[in-house]
Amino acid sequence: MNEYTYPILFGVIIGVTIRLVMLRADYRQYPTYLHGKVIHISLGFIAASLGTIAVPAIMELEFTAVTFLTIAASQFREVRNMERNTLTELDAYELVPRGNTYIEGIAIAFEARNYLVIFTSLLATLSFLVWNIWVGIIISFVCFFIVRKFMSGKTLKDIVNIEYVQPHFEGAGLYVDNIYIMNIGLPQRQEEIGEYGMGFVLTPKNFNVRSTIANLGQRQAILHDISVSMGVFRDSGTPALVPLIKRDLDDGRIGVFVLPQERDKEKAIKIIGAVPVLENAIRMPSESKANKEEGGLK
Amino acid sequence: MKVEKMVLASVTMKRDNVDGGSPIFICDTKEEMDKVAANLEAILDGISHALSDELYIIVKH
Repeated sequence: MNEYTYPILFGVIIGVTIRLVMLRADYRQYPTYLHGKVIHISLGFIAASLGTIAVPAIMELEFTAVTFLTIAASQFREVRNMERNTLTELDAYELVPRGNTYIEGIAIAFEARNYLVIFTSLLATLSFLVWNIWVGIIISFVCFFIVRKFMSGKTLKDIVNIEYVQPHFEGAGLYVDNIYIMNIGLPQRQEEIGEYGMGFVLTPKNFNVRSTIANLGQRQAILHDISVSMGVFRDSGTPALVPLIKRDLDDGRIGVFVLPQERDKEKAIKIIGAVPVLENAIRMPSESKANKEEGGLK
Repeated sequence: MKVEKMVLASVTMKRDNVDGGSPIFICDTKEEMDKVAANLEAILDGISHALSDELYIIVKH
């Protein structure tokens, strides 16, 4: 026991707690497994230790000790690779895959969360050592709220208007509103689609959103989330029953066609609204210099 | 080169309308066409697309 024992213990506990808070098994269904959780909590513990120990090391004038943070960085890049590989492998066996953009988003989130743990532990330990445990606790709470607020990201309901439209056939062509989805030849399939199919039109709220929802990865994420939450009327070897999203080239609206097992319009609209806007899909054409000078896009 | 889409078979009532490399199934009635196309769809894991009332193609996506 020395003067650093309690601050270090405090920093590690705060770090692991923050990691646990960020590790919620939600509808994205990952990580739902006990082993997946153990891996992430252990890595969170390592991250917390690294962040914590950096502070006393510097106080003891061991400046080289900071270099081990670089080891941490490469370690957590490994975490991102691990996440990406696992999810890509599993994705091949999903009835409605997540898509690479979604997977990359999840992988980045896992890496970033470990860095957040390092920062939180560092600040918590620092404030404990400089002031006292109460300041440490207050700083930890501040970190906690910042993490909650800024790391949750936007959802689709912030950027689009969602409305239900019953899909219909014109000849063999399947339409959602006036957006062409695909050609279904067999009358039997057409009946199934008439019975189970649901259509939604997502209207972008501004010009930037157009390119975001046009992103194929973002569209796949929408389909995956609906299918996970509401079930899916399909099996392997029935490509005609695949949920699809197509775009109206004129105004950038997208037509979502899904075949959920549970046909509840209100719930489906809520679920689409809660789909995360993928970081990798966000585009900001309005921020480009040319567009700013010309004076805005409609 | 990876072929992403391919016509695996054609099902038709008008023999003269179809030619080329894929197998062609000639049927007498619309009902027979639907039946053959449904079976082919299941067997080949493709989708039946209707080009006209007399012609279906089974496409692998």
